[in-house]
Amino acid sequence: MSLSEEQVGQIAYLARLSLSSDELQSNTKDLNSILSLAEQLAQIDTDNITPMAHPLHMTQRLREDKVTEEDQSESFQEIAPQTGKRHYLVPTVIE
Amino acid sequence: MSIHNKTIAQLSQGLKAGDFSSVELTQHYLDRINVSNLNAFITVTDELAMKQAQAADDKIAKGTGNILTGIPYAHKDIFCTNGVKTSAGSKMLDNFISPYDATVSHKLNQADLVMLGKANMDEFAMGSSNENSYFGDVKNPWNENKIPGGSSGGSAAAVAGRLAPFATGTDTGGSIRQPASLCGITGLKPTYGRVSRYGMIAYASSLDQAGPMTQTAQDAALVLNVMAGFDEKDSTSSERDVEDYTTSLNDSIKGLTIGLPKEFFSEGLDDEVASQVMAAVKELETMGATIKEVSLPNSAYAIPTYYIVAPCECSSNLSRLDGVRYGYRCDDPKDLEDLYLRSRSEGFGEEVKRRIMIGAYALSAGYYDAYYLKAQKTRHLISEDFKKAFKDVDVIMGPVSPTTAFDLGSVKDPVSMYLADIYTLSANLAGLPGMSIPAGFSQNLPVGLQLIGNYWSESKLLNIAHQFQQQTDWHTQTPEEKG
Repeated sequence: MSLSEEQVGQIAYLARLSLSSDELQSNTKDLNSILSLAEQLAQIDTDNITPMAHPLHMTQRLREDKVTEEDQSESFQEIAPQTGKRHYLVPTVIE
Repeated sequence: MSIHNKTIAQLSQGLKAGDFSSVELTQHYLDRINVSNLNAFITVTDELAMKQAQAADDKIAKGTGNILTGIPYAHKDIFCTNGVKTSAGSKMLDNFISPYDATVSHKLNQADLVMLGKANMDEFAMGSSNENSYFGDVKNPWNENKIPGGSSGGSAAAVAGRLAPFATGTDTGGSIRQPASLCGITGLKPTYGRVSRYGMIAYASSLDQAGPMTQTAQDAALVLNVMAGFDEKDSTSSERDVEDYTTSLNDSIKGLTIGLPKEFFSEGLDDEVASQVMAAVKELETMGATIKEVSLPNSAYAIPTYYIVAPCECSSNLSRLDGVRYGYRCDDPKDLEDLYLRSRSEGFGEEVKRRIMIGAYALSAGYYDAYYLKAQKTRHLISEDFKKAFKDVDVIMGPVSPTTAFDLGSVKDPVSMYLADIYTLSANLAGLPGMSIPAGFSQNLPVGLQLIGNYWSESKLLNIAHQFQQQTDWHTQTPEEKG
């Protein structure tokens, strides 16, 4: 199975990336060769094997439900591309 | 001996004895960085370094310092550093002045270390050659036409080129061990969860682990003592107590059983690399170790497994970089979607985009089972192989990289680049600690020996490496002397 340029364009869009037609061509080739590498996985018998999500099989640690973070909004917003009235600004979404 | 060829342990003695001050030492390294061609640093923090050095000298004078007080280092530009640009090698974060410190940065500051600057790296730690940095290629100090390895290429070049006594690195699929091997230094990737990932810009969160890159195993133990430890800010950090990694360095290795996986010495491994690695193993045998063949039957699948798992995690981690709260934003976005699309397309480099797309595809509905879930299951099998092998042996050894450093610009096809990660990926997939130590040369380029230990066996690995370094002098050779 291999991906078409159209499919690669769609994947790029889902990841919010836009590709020029040259990039689309080279990425289609590269993604297909990476996926054919991944096809090797199909050769392995993994029946009854549990997926490994954490190398130490640890579960999420729980902690007391209290606020531990300090308010650092000012220093965080200092490095933002655009802010106003303590909000992050983006182009108008709703007129 | 030139001061920059001294190890941390030697520099520490010199500082304490008053042979030189931290200010003098720091200035010496800054001068060397200034005239270096290696492009090992993205940012040189000279003013901050001199301030930290002065403060360290004050402590040493008062006798309140510790063993690392006043030692300079290069910090991989993936660790957030309060008030200092933290780029992760990307245009996306070229303007990112971190508003906070990573836990590792905080710990290094608390230990009175002196940060010389932020080391160059492959963009978001994705790469094996340091050719994926927005800030340009890093050169190998042994031959400036060669790659230093990646992704911690700037860190490795800085230590090998004697621009810093040590550097920090991170290793997701070999990014500490492979550049350490190709640059002829000592590098340690600890067990997953040993060093906090808080403030370390995430690539693949279930694989990322930070560690020291040094001249010697003894130095690596000194630095790991500072870096390691439980951190409540990292939910995957281990609560296990931290040992003093220096205490067992001098233990004898008599009776040690070394496992050599047959799969690590098959097709694709350069003959000269193989013979240097075997010579190093033989050396350990004369020191009292026993050698045994083991098998890691699924290790060949580490490549497809890693190149599904890591891109999936990266596509999720890097979705936060959207031009809204920090980092690069495109000029004049016409609407929100245009802002996302252009900020990400202009801000990310080729390899990063490629991995994001692979991840987005492998996680998408209809393909999740065939790729991501399948890779997670294979990951389990790879980890079980190690479990079996460690029933019979104390440590596994083999090559780090199939070849020595290749020419800059010579590998253009992504899959060919991925295939060279064959020996390092499985330790990350299993979460095991791994090390690379200098084991010889092939055509004047360094060859590394890889050590993979069982979980939490950092002390054992450092002990073996230290004992090896007492009997060999590969780790003391420098590019300057060779040149």
